[in-house]
Amino acid sequence: MTTANPSLARSFHANWRQYIIYIGFAVIFVVFALTLTDKGFLNPNNLLNIVRQTAMIAVMAVAMTFVLSAGEIDLSVGAVAGLATVTVAMAIAVAGPVAGVAAGIATGLAVGMFNGWLTTRIGIPSFLTTLAMMGIAKGVAMWVSNTAAVPILSPGYSWLFGGGALIGVPVLLFWMLLFGAIGHVVLRRTGFGRRVLATGGGEMAARYSGIDTKAIKFRVLVLSSTAAAFAGMLYAGRLQSGRFQLGEGDELSVIAAAVLGGTSLFGGKGTIIGTIVGALMIGMINNGLILMGLEFSQQLIARGAIIILAVALSQKRS
Amino acid sequence: MGARGEMIVQAAGGAPGAEDLPLAVSMTGISKSFGGVRALDNVSLKIRRGEVHALLGGNGAGKSTILKVLNGVHRPDAGTIAVCGTELRDVTPEAARAAGIAMNFQELSLIPTLTVAQNVFLTREAKGGLGLIDDRVAERQAAELFAMLDVDVDPRALVGDLGSGQKQLTEIAKAISQDARVLVLDEPSTALAVSDVDRLFVFLRKLKARGVAIIYVSHRMDEIARISDRATILRDGRHVITAPLSDLPIDTMIEHIVGKRSKGLSDVARAAVHRGEALLELRNVSGRHKPQDITLTVHRGEVVGLAGLLGSGRSSLARVIAGIDPVRAGEIRINGKAVAIGKPADAIAAGIALVPEARATQGIIPAHSVASNMVLAVLDRMTRAGLIKGADVKSVADAQIQRLAIKTASRDHAVSTLSGGNQQKVVIGKWLATDPDLLVLDEPTAGIDIGSKSEIIRLVRDLAAAGKGIVFISSELSELLTACDRILVLSEARLFADLPREAFDDPAIPADDTAHRLQAAEQRLQIEIQEALKQGQKV
Repeated sequence: MTTANPSLARSFHANWRQYIIYIGFAVIFVVFALTLTDKGFLNPNNLLNIVRQTAMIAVMAVAMTFVLSAGEIDLSVGAVAGLATVTVAMAIAVAGPVAGVAAGIATGLAVGMFNGWLTTRIGIPSFLTTLAMMGIAKGVAMWVSNTAAVPILSPGYSWLFGGGALIGVPVLLFWMLLFGAIGHVVLRRTGFGRRVLATGGGEMAARYSGIDTKAIKFRVLVLSSTAAAFAGMLYAGRLQSGRFQLGEGDELSVIAAAVLGGTSLFGGKGTIIGTIVGALMIGMINNGLILMGLEFSQQLIARGAIIILAVALSQKRS
Repeated sequence: MGARGEMIVQAAGGAPGAEDLPLAVSMTGISKSFGGVRALDNVSLKIRRGEVHALLGGNGAGKSTILKVLNGVHRPDAGTIAVCGTELRDVTPEAARAAGIAMNFQELSLIPTLTVAQNVFLTREAKGGLGLIDDRVAERQAAELFAMLDVDVDPRALVGDLGSGQKQLTEIAKAISQDARVLVLDEPSTALAVSDVDRLFVFLRKLKARGVAIIYVSHRMDEIARISDRATILRDGRHVITAPLSDLPIDTMIEHIVGKRSKGLSDVARAAVHRGEALLELRNVSGRHKPQDITLTVHRGEVVGLAGLLGSGRSSLARVIAGIDPVRAGEIRINGKAVAIGKPADAIAAGIALVPEARATQGIIPAHSVASNMVLAVLDRMTRAGLIKGADVKSVADAQIQRLAIKTASRDHAVSTLSGGNQQKVVIGKWLATDPDLLVLDEPTAGIDIGSKSEIIRLVRDLAAAGKGIVFISSELSELLTACDRILVLSEARLFADLPREAFDDPAIPADDTAHRLQAAEQRLQIEIQEALKQGQKV
């Protein structure tokens, strides 16, 4: 094949870094499959577990891909997810599951609009806006819940947003695929997606071309917070409760998933499929490290090292 | 500090004995080609100590190339360079700096959040006890330095709080404190108010007396006449003349700069104008700082040129028309109707397109494909039910690639992989895709090859013939004269002249001697620009 089509080989040679996420995913999968078979890595139930643990990260990472592509960042996603678990659980306790869903979405919209307003109108960089919001969201979640877990006693909600399964496939997988598919089409195929990429790829050229780059940045930040709140709804459903600690520290995994998947931290370049595979890869690494019997401290070190290695390999050297 | 002061005083022997000392700069037989194009052909440049030496020439004459050779950015193909009698081999920017050559004073080397003294001694900070930095020592040293050079800047002031003129003086003083013996000033007065220019000149005379050699590049002839001792004129990469300023009155200078056209744009045919109705009208339009009080009309079928020096307000005017800079006063009319242009999208909706001056940042998104760039301003037309129609994108991109003969491996290649000329065509294609009535082109031929240049000018003429209105900004006078039906001259953000193209023709020259005619026209336009400059400074 390579001899028959030298130009294809050359193009692969020049672009292999672009595909590093897929190569890395395959390599790690094979390594785990070979070394952890007796520990049950390939067991279908274990593989579905990876999906269950990855879904929330993946949902947030899809939106984060838009944020990064527009040249911004959102560090508040983990805390917003935690806040949403609390508001959802409290609303369900008072007014039922429909109100719970509405409360979750409203939480995301409110935080996102505030982030967007501060970033685009007041002019505070999104790095700072969302770093501050991380603390505010967590504080509000602790305050309204008195730092206690709020139980969710609605089986229907818990089935749809967490524990349920259709013909043996967890609903979380469906949510992940739904977000991934919509995100992919919106980023690739809609005018909004193009404007997001243009804003991050060259803000001035985008502005000169008649694109309202502030409005684009506002929208991606709203999108991100809303997706984070949705991820919070999934956490709440899966664990049948709202707790402020849920989602804590997820912002790192979410950003890592997007960057591993080939999205540029500097904007202008992003792929949702890469992001989903990146999220699955992080979930798979976590799972494999647990199966290996590593202690939590060792897991943290190993996970950090693997992510640094993968990102370093995916960077184009100039 | 002490030793440095002595060195300067020693060299300050001044004009009388200066001939005995080796030249400050002696560049001999310098040649340099870029990919087969000769940028410099056997050029020599000799600068004496203690003189202000003007370096003159039109765009593409080779001024910036020879300066880049001097400071080690470009490596010459042939020739020798000596600074104060010592030959430099393998000139690198570091070696040039060590030899005492200082250039690029565009406030780039100053850090706005540090004080003047901290900036002057950055990386050479005076240490007090315990090896810690002592700012008071730096302030005292800076005060001594400024007193010696007669610079009136407070060493304790934050650089960010200084005006442009003071920043420039600070930067030059910093270079002097680092033993600079040759100063290269490239258009130093562009950002300065008239009073700051006067102060700069007093300072330069002071440096002259201390034996510093100054190479002064400017397009402002009256300034050159005021400050320079001698001048060297380059044209098309060749040395034309080096002479004392007393032998070079302004019209002689212009004659040497323009010279005989060897290669040219004179082959672009200008069909008779069919001037249609008024398309764009500005009435007393002012922007935030620039432009000021502009009234003009562009008709359909007409190419209107904007001439003027850097900083005259041409690009600001273009940005105001395109909705990028706000309109602060006055009225803009399109097709006889007043329009409110508050943002770029308003201008696009009104049928206005701007091909901006900074191609890499304002024009293209370098990492994105040719096709993506091409549809950026017409995305709304490319979508159906919210989704982008790939087929529409392809047909728009392919149509422009074909129309403008863009050389690209495919529409899916990143724009950054294209040559400068083809990148510019992508920007033009992006705007033609909006089917504008009025096309504003800001320096559309800057940094592109001669072939693409003529193609773009021909395109501009064709578009005008098809009934569009064109505003054409260029620093290359021959280009303005070939492309335009009417030329407006700006200076200090105001409009000073509005002349039909024919006004620049010399009836004494036969019509078939196109090269000679263009040369004469260029001289007249140059004189108009210098005249506007004088009037502008009076306002």
